[in-house]
Amino acid sequence: MRIDLSRPSPPSDDKRWKMVSASMRRHGHKASSLIETLHTVQEAFGFLDEEAIEFIAASLRVPLSQVYGVATFYHFFHLKPPGEHACVLCTGTACYIKGVPKILQALEEEFHLKPGETTPDGKVSLMTARCVGACGLAPVAVFDGEVVGNLKPDEVVQKVRRWKNDES
Amino acid sequence: MSSQVRILTFKIDDRDVSAREGETILEVARENGIYIPTLCHLEGLSSTGACRLCIVEIAGRPKLFPACVTRAEEGIQVITQSERLTKYRRVILELIFSERNHVCSVCVSNGHCELQNLAQKLGMSHIHMRYRFPSLNVDASHDRFIMDHNRCILCTRCIRVCDEIEGAHTWDLMGRGVDARIISDLDQPWGESETCTGCGKCVHVCPTGALVEKGKSASEMAKRQQFLPYLTLMREEKE
Amino acid sequence: MNPEEIQTIAANQRKAKEQVPHHICVCTAAACLSVHSDEVKDALSDEVRKRGLEKECKVKGVGCMGLCSKGPLVSIETDGALYQNVTAKDAPEIVEQLGQKPVKRLKCSTKIPFFQNQKKIVLENSGVIDPDRVEDAIAAGGYDALIQALTAMSPPEVIEEIFASGLRGRGGAGYPTGLKWSTVSKAVGMHKYVICNADEGDPGAFMDRSVLESDPHRVLEGMIIAAYAIGAEHGYVYVRAEYPLAIKRLRTAIRQAERLGLLGKNILGTPFSFHIEVRLGAGAFVCGEETALIASIEGRRGSPRPRPPYPAESGVWGRPTLINNVETFANIAPIIRRGAEWFSSIGSEKSKGTKVFALAGCINNTGLIEVPMGIPLREIIFDIGDGIPNGRSFKAVQTGGPSGGCIPEQHLDTPVDYESLSKLGSIMGSGGMIVMDDTSDMVEVARYFMEFCLSESCGKCAPCRIGTDQMHRLLDRIVKGKASIHDLELLEELCDVVRSTSLCGLGQTAPNPVLSTLRYFRGEYESKLVDVAEAVKKA
Repeated sequence: MRIDLSRPSPPSDDKRWKMVSASMRRHGHKASSLIETLHTVQEAFGFLDEEAIEFIAASLRVPLSQVYGVATFYHFFHLKPPGEHACVLCTGTACYIKGVPKILQALEEEFHLKPGETTPDGKVSLMTARCVGACGLAPVAVFDGEVVGNLKPDEVVQKVRRWKNDES
Repeated sequence: MSSQVRILTFKIDDRDVSAREGETILEVARENGIYIPTLCHLEGLSSTGACRLCIVEIAGRPKLFPACVTRAEEGIQVITQSERLTKYRRVILELIFSERNHVCSVCVSNGHCELQNLAQKLGMSHIHMRYRFPSLNVDASHDRFIMDHNRCILCTRCIRVCDEIEGAHTWDLMGRGVDARIISDLDQPWGESETCTGCGKCVHVCPTGALVEKGKSASEMAKRQQFLPYLTLMREEKE
Repeated sequence: MNPEEIQTIAANQRKAKEQVPHHICVCTAAACLSVHSDEVKDALSDEVRKRGLEKECKVKGVGCMGLCSKGPLVSIETDGALYQNVTAKDAPEIVEQLGQKPVKRLKCSTKIPFFQNQKKIVLENSGVIDPDRVEDAIAAGGYDALIQALTAMSPPEVIEEIFASGLRGRGGAGYPTGLKWSTVSKAVGMHKYVICNADEGDPGAFMDRSVLESDPHRVLEGMIIAAYAIGAEHGYVYVRAEYPLAIKRLRTAIRQAERLGLLGKNILGTPFSFHIEVRLGAGAFVCGEETALIASIEGRRGSPRPRPPYPAESGVWGRPTLINNVETFANIAPIIRRGAEWFSSIGSEKSKGTKVFALAGCINNTGLIEVPMGIPLREIIFDIGDGIPNGRSFKAVQTGGPSGGCIPEQHLDTPVDYESLSKLGSIMGSGGMIVMDDTSDMVEVARYFMEFCLSESCGKCAPCRIGTDQMHRLLDRIVKGKASIHDLELLEELCDVVRSTSLCGLGQTAPNPVLSTLRYFRGEYESKLVDVAEAVKKA
């Protein structure tokens, strides 16, 4: 086993690693900046892969299993690459009362897509959020960052189908 | 600051006991031969208060207190046995049994298992709830040891001994809630772990048949935990 | 800067404002933004520019005006007109009618109980000031209380004032704020911390998000005053990563406050220094629990640890730490400015001041409201909320989220305060209020909340980790008609065990939605049960 005790260099010369390194430097490479660093990586790359986790662990000198444990504890972090498009359904109480379960059911029946999954073609990721705070418009979804309210199941199904067919 | 340690007196189950300030209720109970069931606790490791089996009552307070992390206080009256406590401990134990796949008869730890012993001691013969029957894997990739997640009760003793005593921190917990699972390094096979020293401490502190030595058949895996107080003592001597 | 310079900023700002006869305020909080209020704002600005009215009319983005279901909302400050459901196409008409008769088609009456029956302290500047401009906040009285505390009050006097006001923690449990401050101030230790808990995790609650988006300086001011009172030099705002807009506005506010010397070294030229860092949550409800929150700030898994020791004695990095939530901090400045006596004259005997609620579900007026403590639930739901839509009837109101309970019709005259709600088997909670109509199935509601607790349980302690899963399975069986009376008995037993033996508040309160629906709607559970033999067959 080869162990390098100096701070490691980034996995590649991808410019985004500069942001990550700068963020760690700003926090003095403290172990306590682990979550902040994971946020930075996810913001830059869209998800956390093994290479990134190893790099962070070595840079902040936090045990590998601990970094992995933290990354999987918090549902905001993704260890798999997201699909081209993101459909985030709000499952807050108001949206629940106003019919989000039916939307989820429709997506599963139509595309075999469950929360946390991406369609096999890599086009659409389905996620759920615990209340996006637009309860007045329930049920609400966030389509690629855009909040859309008062949804019906077939509207969401059509939106996902359009994405899969590369229409907007 | 004065180096004198304050001595407290209080009652456990109507017996007068004394404690050094900072001692836990569990420590004092054990010094006095009073039994309080424990599972995640292990002397020599930090306490987490997670399994909740060591809960006790303190007269006049509505809440229950985990004895392993609750410090003794002057004048309190601790109750370690009551109808309520017995029921709660039994149900918690049932919950633990229902969580994964604990089939004693085929387990290498049968007869040497702390979970099994507790069930006998607390008079739990069967469970009232449905088993969850998750399908979990068995990691036999290590040369000498096996990790069987089906027998794991998430007491985290292995994580603590690896971090606090061995200093390797190979183990940790991934995920959360009922999906939480013990992992080595990046959730990779134990045998491929770069940080594991192969010391086997985790195997011997594991209360069940989750971490065992290879080549043992049913009932053959007895654990040796004497090393832990010994190591702790020797380290204190050196300081 | 010194206090006089801050006061000069306020005066200049007010003067500049007076010189502009018309102010068009467009709500740019999350709910209105989601129905494109940003486009409305741009259209209004374009229209003003097109007509060359830049000197007479200013268009500004403001925080939440409350009536989210009627968004996008636009208010004309000088006329007092409020417009609802505004689109970009309406811009010419709105600008045309400035200073004249308001556009009738878009008008939303401000005489309705939704506006008339509220009492605004925390939200007094929400929907009025531009959250991105510190000058706006200062002109509206922001940082006056800080100047007062720093120049005219000693730390014990500040604590005494908060204590006397009767303010209780707005995060849910209602612990007296003054007592908490006094405990931390007495804790031995050089370095102390102030933490603002903005990890608003209850599904259906968005009070804290709205306050941070609408008036971030008010929260900072409360934190700075707290730090002065207890002797802290560092602070954190722990905010959900799911709130990008709140985070952006908060970071802007921190930079602005630092620039003006209201935050950082030698605040307002005094020896007192205080720094605030933003820390992002990452999607874990349990981090609202204070010891889990601390673990998360330290970069670890958000698992709670047994208390004592309480954070007041041993918090972040083992240092004495004061943790209050957003709304609690937002109450501090008004108390200092207007006095404890004024504050304690509002509300009920044991619950002083106001409470912000997020009103949602099957109700006509959804949005954000602030009401005096002690107001009856009925008034909130039928007057302020304007009752139940679609001709349906009221069934229950859920308060306190996954830690709370469902309150039925017969208890609607109960005053809203900490004690009364907990007597009904619910809790005040952080302020989510979800109304359910007669189409709601209460067992399904209980299952929904249990599913939430199950997926948010950290997994550390056995009763919560396994108990929430077992209870969820039982509820699921009941909903699906596969459960017998034995299952219901087991469910009740598990409720008792999980509540009494779990390590932290999440587990201890997880059974509440089940217990309260069992208490008021037991018949709904029983009607779904099948006999023992059938349940075994369906297993």
